[in-house]
Amino acid sequence: MSNTSFSNLTRGIVRENPVFVMMLGMCPTLGVTTSLENALGMGLATAFTLLVSNAVISLVKSLIPAMVRIPCYIVLIASIVTVIDMMMAARLPALHETLGIYIPLIVVNCIILGRAEAFAAKNNLFQSLLDALGMGIGFTLALCLLGSVREIIGAGSIFGYPLLGDGGYPVLLFVMPPGAFLALAGLIMLFNRLRRVR
Amino acid sequence: MSIAMIFVTAILVNNIVLSQFLGICPFLGVSKKISTAFGMGLAVMFVMTLSTAATYLIYHNLLVPYGLEFMNTVVFILVIAALVQMVEIVLKKTSPALYQALGIYLPLITTNCTVLGVAILAVQKGFSLSLSVCFGLANAAGFTLAIVLMAGLRERLAQNADALPTAVRGAPIVLITAALLSMAFMGFAGIGN
Repeated sequence: MSNTSFSNLTRGIVRENPVFVMMLGMCPTLGVTTSLENALGMGLATAFTLLVSNAVISLVKSLIPAMVRIPCYIVLIASIVTVIDMMMAARLPALHETLGIYIPLIVVNCIILGRAEAFAAKNNLFQSLLDALGMGIGFTLALCLLGSVREIIGAGSIFGYPLLGDGGYPVLLFVMPPGAFLALAGLIMLFNRLRRVR
Repeated sequence: MSIAMIFVTAILVNNIVLSQFLGICPFLGVSKKISTAFGMGLAVMFVMTLSTAATYLIYHNLLVPYGLEFMNTVVFILVIAALVQMVEIVLKKTSPALYQALGIYLPLITTNCTVLGVAILAVQKGFSLSLSVCFGLANAAGFTLAIVLMAGLRERLAQNADALPTAVRGAPIVLITAALLSMAFMGFAGIGN
């Protein structure tokens, strides 16, 4: 794999991590990370959408007039999300129920349109797929990290398995809305610290 | 559900930003100054009220008769994009100062998830036309309240920026402030149940 390809793949994971560095896609990041399971489901759904949308847009980019490219991208992305929404409703009804409104809202996740405009519209299929894969992994990892922290502290469990014995009290606040902001603030501080050390 | 209850619930109890996490991008991005935050709030209020009415009419008069309900995401986002474009043109003519201030964020209302989210939620909850419009207006008011409060806090914070520890400068302190604001709004939980 050439140097550029490798850098396109890894860019989204640490250096330009969509959540910790670019602060994109904040709504699902904060809204569905009450448990690791939800975070993983949301991360994978978004990553999959990103992969398909980057692929489609890099293929059709020469057909779309520059003036109307953004509406075209949004319609393409909305169609992809509709398909994923229906697939999840059929195959994973429980997860679909929990993620609820956040599934159709993948359409307006800034990461998807952002990568379409910033990357897929200018690069070939292979590089766009690598970029989507990297960004998707970065987003999923960030969500899982936040989901784990909130589930461990806020519910005293991980993936639904209890960690606290009898008499342990989880800090409920962390599965409630303020906990999402606090946990993300903590993780960003940690991430910034690690980046400075490197 | 009565209209008054819709307003109380959407603005205080289930605030769209602070407890449902929709519209976080503008909430964090455009909340540095009260004046810009208020302008953004007004723009969202205008777009959201119009868009819930438009999406209601399209959903019930076009999608339902033809059995195309599953297309709602695609159709709604198009309606919203067109509306935002219109608001942009109107603002550019009537209020250039506000247009300058909102800058990049105005086209971004299209990807402001509150607008699409509220349109979808109103349809999911099976509201009538008048209730849908109230629901849109109420949620937009909740958004405006949250973003203006946040801007007020951030203006005060900016005056004492030197007192902040290095570790929390930038994004973390904004998120911590949002956490405290969200905690304050949790005090309203349970009203109306």
